[in-house]
Amino acid sequence: MKWLLIALIVVPGTIADVLNTMGMKRNGEVYDFRPRAIFRLIASLARNPYVGVGVLAMAVSFFALMALLSITNLSFAVPATAFSYVLETALAKYILKEHIGWRRWAGASLVGCGVLLVSLGV
Amino acid sequence: MLLVASNVLGNFTLSRGLHQIGRLISFSPWPYIHAFVNPLVVLGVLLLIVWLISQLSLLSRVDLSYVLPVTSVSYVLTALMGEFLLHERVSTVRWIGIGLIGLGVSLVVRTVPRTAPVLHKFGDLPFEAAQ
Repeated sequence: MKWLLIALIVVPGTIADVLNTMGMKRNGEVYDFRPRAIFRLIASLARNPYVGVGVLAMAVSFFALMALLSITNLSFAVPATAFSYVLETALAKYILKEHIGWRRWAGASLVGCGVLLVSLGV
Repeated sequence: MLLVASNVLGNFTLSRGLHQIGRLISFSPWPYIHAFVNPLVVLGVLLLIVWLISQLSLLSRVDLSYVLPVTSVSYVLTALMGEFLLHERVSTVRWIGIGLIGLGVSLVVRTVPRTAPVLHKFGDLPFEAAQ
């Protein structure tokens, strides 16, 4: 049950980030944060299939995390998700065609290890 | 010039977004709060919306592999807030973790924020067309 929930956190969470990035890159760069522009942005995102599915996947991941937290504690739940930093960096390279040099790989790995320690550390 | 400008702009939205993520993470016992305190739930949902919009705006400009590590500064902020505002004790292992996150972020920040190709799919994009 625990591991099923972890899969339900990591997989949809990763899909959500990748889809949201694809959707937002197609939507165009956002520079205007005045209220009216934000409403326009929300309206255009509502018609953006990538972001729609992405946000849905995000919700699945979120509720799976809530469910996991109700049966285990935070120090079990968070380390399991630390791995997703490296996983998402790999997906960003192969699916999103981002150029990832040694700095990004090293950075993502260090951050993943750091998150692991922060959440495990008593 | 463009690179530096976009970096500064990116960092600006990052700090904006981070502020909200930091607060959201301290909301992680959310389901328990949900049970009895309603105004907090409303605040949590509002923060979640603000966080989502900041995150999506950031992703529209910057690589996913840049956003992810850099927004993990929220862990550092949460720990620092715990130590200095709430006077909690942060353990040595946590400090090492915070150090690693800081080191990782400092590496990623020194890369070009956007390397992903420009995509045209939905409508016209006035900003990118002008470039």
